[in-house]
Amino acid sequence: MFEILAKKELAPHIKWIRVKAPLVARTAKPGQFIVLRLHERGERIPLTLYKWNKDEGYIELVFQEVGKTTYEMGTYGVGDKIMDIVGPLGKPTEIENYGNAVVVSGGVGAPIGYAVARALKEAGNHLTVIAGFRSKDYVILEDEFGKISDELLITTDDGSYKRKGFTTTVLEEYLNQGNKVDFVFTVGPVIMMKLIAEITRKYEIKTLASLNPIMVDGTGMCGACRVTVGGEIKFACVDGPDFDAHQVDFDELMLRLKQYNREEKLALERYLKGGA
Amino acid sequence: MAKQIKKQRIKVPEQDPVARIHNFNEVALGYTWDLAVEEASRCLKCPYSYAPCIKGCPVNVNIPGFIQKILERDIKGALEVIHTTNSLPGITGRVCPQEEQCEMNCVMGKLGDKINIGKLERFVADEARKQGIYPDIPQVEKKGKKVAIVGSGPSGLTAAADLAKMGYDVTMYEALHEGGGVLIYGIPEFRLPKEIVRYELKFLKMLGVKIVTNVVIGKTFSLYELLDEYDAVFLGTGAGTPKFLNLPGVNLNGIYSANEFLTRINLMKAYQFPEYDTPITKGKRLAVIGAGNVAMDAARSALRIGYEEVYIVYRRTREYMTAREEEIKHAEEEGVKFMFLVSPIEFIGDENGNVKVLKLIMNELGEPDSSGRRRPVPIPGTEFGLEVDAVVFAIGQKPNKVLYQEVPELKTTKWGTLIVDEKYRTTMRGVFAGGDAVRGEATVVLAMGDGKKAAKAIDEYLNGEPWPEEIKPANFW
Ligand SMILES: Cc1cc2nc3c(=O)[nH]c(=O)nc-3n(C[C@H](O)[C@H](O)[C@H](O)COP(=O)(O)OP(=O)(O)OC[C@H]3O[C@@H](n4cnc5c(N)ncnc54)[C@H](O)[C@@H]3O)c2cc1C
Ligand SMILES: Cc1cc2nc3c(=O)[nH]c(=O)nc-3n(C[C@H](O)[C@H](O)[C@H](O)COP(=O)(O)OP(=O)(O)OC[C@H]3O[C@@H](n4cnc5c(N)ncnc54)[C@H](O)[C@@H]3O)c2cc1C
Ligand code: FES
Repeated sequence: MFEILAKKELAPHIKWIRVKAPLVARTAKPGQFIVLRLHERGERIPLTLYKWNKDEGYIELVFQEVGKTTYEMGTYGVGDKIMDIVGPLGKPTEIENYGNAVVVSGGVGAPIGYAVARALKEAGNHLTVIAGFRSKDYVILEDEFGKISDELLITTDDGSYKRKGFTTTVLEEYLNQGNKVDFVFTVGPVIMMKLIAEITRKYEIKTLASLNPIMVDGTGMCGACRVTVGGEIKFACVDGPDFDAHQVDFDELMLRLKQYNREEKLALERYLKGGA
Repeated sequence: MAKQIKKQRIKVPEQDPVARIHNFNEVALGYTWDLAVEEASRCLKCPYSYAPCIKGCPVNVNIPGFIQKILERDIKGALEVIHTTNSLPGITGRVCPQEEQCEMNCVMGKLGDKINIGKLERFVADEARKQGIYPDIPQVEKKGKKVAIVGSGPSGLTAAADLAKMGYDVTMYEALHEGGGVLIYGIPEFRLPKEIVRYELKFLKMLGVKIVTNVVIGKTFSLYELLDEYDAVFLGTGAGTPKFLNLPGVNLNGIYSANEFLTRINLMKAYQFPEYDTPITKGKRLAVIGAGNVAMDAARSALRIGYEEVYIVYRRTREYMTAREEEIKHAEEEGVKFMFLVSPIEFIGDENGNVKVLKLIMNELGEPDSSGRRRPVPIPGTEFGLEVDAVVFAIGQKPNKVLYQEVPELKTTKWGTLIVDEKYRTTMRGVFAGGDAVRGEATVVLAMGDGKKAAKAIDEYLNGEPWPEEIKPANFW
């Protein structure tokens, strides 16, 4: 059992929790994730490691309430226990001193972006963070990003905070201004990652995308998480979650994420009505 | 003059096929006391040194010995006879291919039907469980040495039990949230109720084995760390990585590996969605590609979650199917349809990316291949489509390499299986391995046999037997 030590609401339906998980915290690296199961009847869902503390034995997660499991987890408070947590899973992000690195995150991609951005900064990169959010209310981790980045470009889809526009527009502008970029890491909605990859392909910039397919075990045993990269089948949980963004079949990933839309809707409605 | 021996097997009651495809309860209901005694009385009681059944058993269960105890109606005695070499009788009694092992050479076969050894073994385990009987736990002197077991499938369980009985301090690490390996996530409830696996795990705990779930070796701890902390390590990580055919459309929604399909159903209880949170694609028609036990399990599970028409799609002919006869028979009784001499060539989906058509081509049998089986050869111009809502790949698995990815010292074969010598020693000092991780896909009882022999080899190593300079690869098949 894994106890929740602290909890905060960062934005509507976006929550931060700190959970006791000493074995995970011990070897966690940026870009890795965990799989958790809330209780006996729960589904196994993956969440990325936002922060962790080896000495105190805790990990921190940021999650958005989108379906039954995340809504239910949103009701868990300090002192409540999550039944199972396994990790750290996946390959850590390849961190090196690339020179000028840009992290582009969208929505709740921000916590993953943060873990990687921090490591890139520590490795000596000049770090630019482009973080996009739906609107002012949904802006999260601004201070955290501010502390580690050389440049922080926040944008909102509707222009209600900082500037208006998508992260793609911001990246394009940044490159047009003649900024030299050696490496891009992107995480967020699949459509965003796809468009970011199209831009950096033109500029021939090495780009990694952190993929978020549906997973079950997270250990390479089921193939639920399979994605096509460079024409080959890869399992995101063990071969990824990061892949060369220029090789990923994002359209396929978008369709695969819709696999259980009907069932997810049913489960959520039933849950919100107090069914389970 | 001895009384007349009954030539026919005593039948095992089974759930009616029409009823059972709507539930996940066990198909074979098992013997009652009276039926078990009647079947046991057919045994000719070959002497221990001769009994061909014992020789046919990969873990050498003293079969005439426990059958004698059944005749004496001594359930604890029967259980203890079995437990001296097999600590998982409730499992092996159900899933072993007895017809190729113990029962194959049964002398009774010359006079009539062979003894139903599997169902008698199962009876002993079930009756003991019903009465809450466990074998006595031997009091042994602690050795003061620690062994780590990686993976909680049958090879790991057996190695753990034997080492604990010898007095070692044993810790077993499992990646999933529950122990048992394929027994818990793969083999369906209607063939192996999970309650039985849990009961056997409980016995392991009684022996003092610590079972730590939610730990992936290679991620949570490295193998190097285990070697620092333990005196020896056994790898029973199985062959858990599913294979797919890289055909157009293979990643459409509704196309599963058997592992995912069965894990969602067995481990995550998707058949009880939305009571349980994990969903699974439902529909009318499902095709399973492959013809082994795994394929039968997937097909029969599909019927139980509501598919009306389920096809087994196989590229060769019936006589080449690798599934056990009993499984094929059960699948047929339940209405699974078989399509022989066809191979998949493409999957076609709708605008939402859901699979709708499985395109197949017909084959004829050509020359024998390296396995001696006649090779299927596609017949040009015979392509056709089968409308489906889901497809399950059951074409085999390979070892999961999460653990060895970062351990260059561990050498593997070209199939990805770990290289070990005849004492189950890997190419890394202090590390042993067995089961599917070494054999590729094999069977529960072979994995158990490996676990047993590896436990013995570990004991010898920890008693000072030197580690060889060079590991001479053993051949297991
Ligand atoms: C490696 C990895 C890391 C992730 N890290 C985070 C994280 O740090 N924070 C976070 O909020 N989410 C993260 N996700 C997504 C998260 O796992 C899903 O949001 C979660 O599984 C939804 O479960 P649910 O039962 O609440 O919703 P469901 O009922 O399962 O789904 C509701 C909606 O969410 C969408 N959805 C389902 N699964 C995913 C998914 N894997 N990715 C994106 N959308 C999905 C569905 O399409 C559906 O529209 C990550 C996913 C992966 C694979
Ligand atoms: C659907 C299905 C039906 C079958 N039916 C039969 C049958 O009827 N009869 C029969 O004899 N055989 C059957 N088999 C085959 C049999 O189940 C296997 O041969 C047997 O389970 C192999 O045992 P094992 O100990 O090698 O490993 P497994 O049972 O494969 O267990 C390995 C365990 O190790 C864990 N693991 C892997 N890597 C790590 C890691 N790095 N860290 C921690 N844990 C790890 C896995 O999660 C898993 O739990 C079937 C197999 C399947 C899939
Ligand atoms: S989640 Fe099962 S293989 Fe990746």
